Amino acid sequence: MAKFSVPSNLAVSESGFLFVPSSGETFTLNEIGSEIFMMLKKGSEDKEIFETVVDNYDIDLYTFEKDFSDFITQLKNYKLIKEL
Amino acid sequence: MKIAVTGINNVDSPGPGVPVIRGLKDSESINAEIIGLSYDTLEPGGYMPGITDKVYLIPYPSGGIENTFERISFIHSKEKFNVLIPTLDSELYGFLKLTDRLSSLGIKTFLPTFDNLNLRAKDKLFDFCTANNIKVPKNILVSGTNDLHRISSEFEYPVVVKGIFYDAYIANNLEEVQSAFKKLASRWGLPIIIQEFIKGDEYNVVALGDGSGETIAAVPMKKTYITDKGKAWAGITIDDEYLLNLVRHAVERLKWKSGAEFEFIKDGETNQYYLVEINPRLPAWVYLAVGAGQNIPEALLKLAIGEKIKPMTEYKTGTIFIRYSWDLITDIKTFESLAVKGEKDNKSLKN
Repeated sequence: MAKFSVPSNLAVSESGFLFVPSSGETFTLNEIGSEIFMMLKKGSEDKEIFETVVDNYDIDLYTFEKDFSDFITQLKNYKLIKEL
Repeated sequence: MKIAVTGINNVDSPGPGVPVIRGLKDSESINAEIIGLSYDTLEPGGYMPGITDKVYLIPYPSGGIENTFERISFIHSKEKFNVLIPTLDSELYGFLKLTDRLSSLGIKTFLPTFDNLNLRAKDKLFDFCTANNIKVPKNILVSGTNDLHRISSEFEYPVVVKGIFYDAYIANNLEEVQSAFKKLASRWGLPIIIQEFIKGDEYNVVALGDGSGETIAAVPMKKTYITDKGKAWAGITIDDEYLLNLVRHAVERLKWKSGAEFEFIKDGETNQYYLVEINPRLPAWVYLAVGAGQNIPEALLKLAIGEKIKPMTEYKTGTIFIRYSWDLITDIKTFESLAVKGEKDNKSLKN
């Protein structure tokens, strides 16, 4: 089970627009990416995110786990989250 | 208050005059009447509505300071302006030498000192930074093509080849260095600076020092759109206390007086800031600072007239500037006045 933290100074809008005030970098997330990021920001664990997404979207758990892992790697690379 | 401002060449690589004037005009505490000082009959700031109230031609700095002083004296005798704000690097030494004579006419300035200008010079910046624990790209000065063979033993390619006053080229091998060396040496003279190439994003800080070591204002910006000349065409204010403290430290050590632009590169791998240049005047993007909450041109003017200013520390992060070009239409009569008489009244220009 994994949990993540989002830097406190990161500005996130409901439309999925991310702004890193310290570097001036901006990012845009699509609808599902935005939903997952909001859950990460709230402190949800990965298992909880898997359940929510699989329940609400037409995707199986195996495929989503793989996509989720890729997404998390990207967010870590851009220093948008840290694994706790 | 009447204020004379230079650098109204709002062209593709713009001078800072127009954004400085916009800051002065935005001020609620100064009723700014602007005398634009133009080096060319077609500098756009002389034609843009709402920028200069009158415009006068002045001789290029290469004409010598006596010519400059004579012309400024003449303009002052007609306009009785209170403060002169030169905004271009190439003018600074000349106006600095004229400070006492300008003062005797009643013209106030707020310029960097000779020490300020010398310590931040391109060939001295490395020594200043290393003496003050500020990271700076390694560099060497070369005065002849024989010295260029040192590069392969002391640097990894690419390297940055910089002129002593302006211009820089990125060179990937000795042949490209030699070519850049010749261009720069013939244009700007010797020595030439060979600098380590730092790969990363460019961050700039506009700052104002009061000359005692205090930073009166500072706003950092990330360049988000860069022209082929390396100029910022768009940028965004950022919140980075570490970067601001680096600038405050440099301002304190230099006892910097006047406006300045600190140029940094943030190493993409180590996230360390390297100071690559200190420009001894406000940058052309200074209006971003005004938009973000620090009216630096207004503060500079107040320092020039001897007012005490409290340091400004707040500004809005995420404020963006986007530069644009605009075709201004005017008629031959408007141009004629400046071309024939060397002066032009802009009060009839419509906003």
